[in-house]
Amino acid sequence: MTGHVEARAALLLLADGRLPAGGHAHSGGVEAAVLDGSITGLRDLAEFLRGRLATSGLLAASFAAAVCRSVRTAGPATELAADVLAVFEAEVDARTPSPAQRAASRAQGRTLMRVARAAWAVPAHPAAPHHCVALGIVAAAAGLEPRDAALAAAHASVNGPATAAVRLLGLDPLAVTGVLAEIAAEVDRIAAAADTASALRAPERLPAGSAPQLDLLAERHRTAEVRMFTS
Amino acid sequence: MHLEHDRPLGGGGAPAASGGAGPRWQSPPGTPAGPAPTDRALRVGVGGPVGSGKTALVAALCRALAGRIRLGVVTNDIYTTEDADFLRSAGVLDPGRIRAVETGCCPHTAIRDDITANLDAVEDLESDLGRLDLILVESGGDNLTATFSYGLVDRQIFVIDVAGGDKVPRKGGPGVAGSDLLVVNKTDLAPLVGADLAVMARDAAAMRGGRADRPVLFTSLRSDAGASDVADWVLAQLPSPARPQ
Ligand SMILES: Nc1nc2c(ncn2[C@@H]2O[C@H](COP(=O)(O)OP(=O)(O)OP(=O)(O)O)[C@@H](O)[C@H]2O)c(=O)[nH]1
Ligand SMILES: [Mg+2]
Repeated sequence: MTGHVEARAALLLLADGRLPAGGHAHSGGVEAAVLDGSITGLRDLAEFLRGRLATSGLLAASFAAAVCRSVRTAGPATELAADVLAVFEAEVDARTPSPAQRAASRAQGRTLMRVARAAWAVPAHPAAPHHCVALGIVAAAAGLEPRDAALAAAHASVNGPATAAVRLLGLDPLAVTGVLAEIAAEVDRIAAAADTASALRAPERLPAGSAPQLDLLAERHRTAEVRMFTS
Repeated sequence: MHLEHDRPLGGGGAPAASGGAGPRWQSPPGTPAGPAPTDRALRVGVGGPVGSGKTALVAALCRALAGRIRLGVVTNDIYTTEDADFLRSAGVLDPGRIRAVETGCCPHTAIRDDITANLDAVEDLESDLGRLDLILVESGGDNLTATFSYGLVDRQIFVIDVAGGDKVPRKGGPGVAGSDLLVVNKTDLAPLVGADLAVMARDAAAMRGGRADRPVLFTSLRSDAGASDVADWVLAQLPSPARPQ
């Protein structure tokens, strides 16, 4: 067999919930939402996930795709241009008003970069970028396309929080899988929109979906006396 | 830095033959512990079930060793920074030498399957404090199957206690059978719970294949606040230049 074979297996690896990339300690706001009573069961969870996907999910997917595109354009062996990445970083910062969320994003970016360095030719720097920026860098290093980076980011924006809900509320994991399957088409749509945006827009014009409730939940969670998840 | 050596828990090789009445989970004969690193601190994991005395042991080791070697501690807590706070308030180690990792709902994941946050913490300790001789990593309390990845630590101590009854060593599991050091703590409680220490010693030795390089120590941290035997074992694991005279 000859011809171009698309990199698909690397995408599955990158999107696998068992990837040792530090995600297991984060709930993406679900724990705080459970504590304040806004998620009590499957239906609430589904709504929460849809909201998360449409806001921070779209944002993460757009930046992951844009960073991936920019790294690929720069050429495979090139050291990542620090000033280009700094622009993306600053744009994500500007879209993440909650310090707790910024910290959680950078902590997960750092752990993702660590596992990725063991797997692909990922440079040592940046050491702790935002998670979506890290995803873009890693996707490019793994030979993936911007739309793959977007899909991985959109998927991560709902998958981790859904798992956290299973642990926090004792929800039926099979039913939660059903919810994730229900919104899978929406994950695809968000990823496609993010990919398109990343191709057409400069970093400062990338989607800036905001979810003030998620910001508030993240801040409240940081000061909670007892918590099961870091964020 | 991710530890490179690839050492299966309890060593490699074929499982030891076990007769019908023998232990259910037996430690295979395997490779001895890898050499202690010389370019960074030795990392020693302290794991074991909830409440067995891991933090008490870490505190005791701090008391015994803080004045003799360059020491740091990483704690893993599920919900809070309880253990780190305890150690800081116990005054056994400079608070700046203690870091807390929050593990989320899965303490065993953070020390075994996804060690990235703990690697960040141990590396931060050495990059902030300079070269250390020893970093103790206390796991969150979990169960008999929760053990450390050797990608995170160089040696692991598994702490059980007699309060759970003298059956615990017999139940085995990778911590009891394969840890580099098994500590059976709270021996002072043995008469109160009717635990037979001789039975525990016999079962533990059997589970561990009677191997001289996998000792079992009995402690009462109530009466031995410096955990002297354990401290000696830990010191013996250090590469010789780091060992205090
Ligand atoms: N009687 C007695 N009590 C002990 C001994 N060692 C520890 N304890 C007590 O046992 C309790 C639990 O000890 P910890 O050191 O917190 O146990 P741990 O394993 O760190 O607990 P988690 O981190 O919550 O899993 C505390 O109240 C200790 O004071 C001992 O040798 N004898
Ligand atoms: Mg403890």
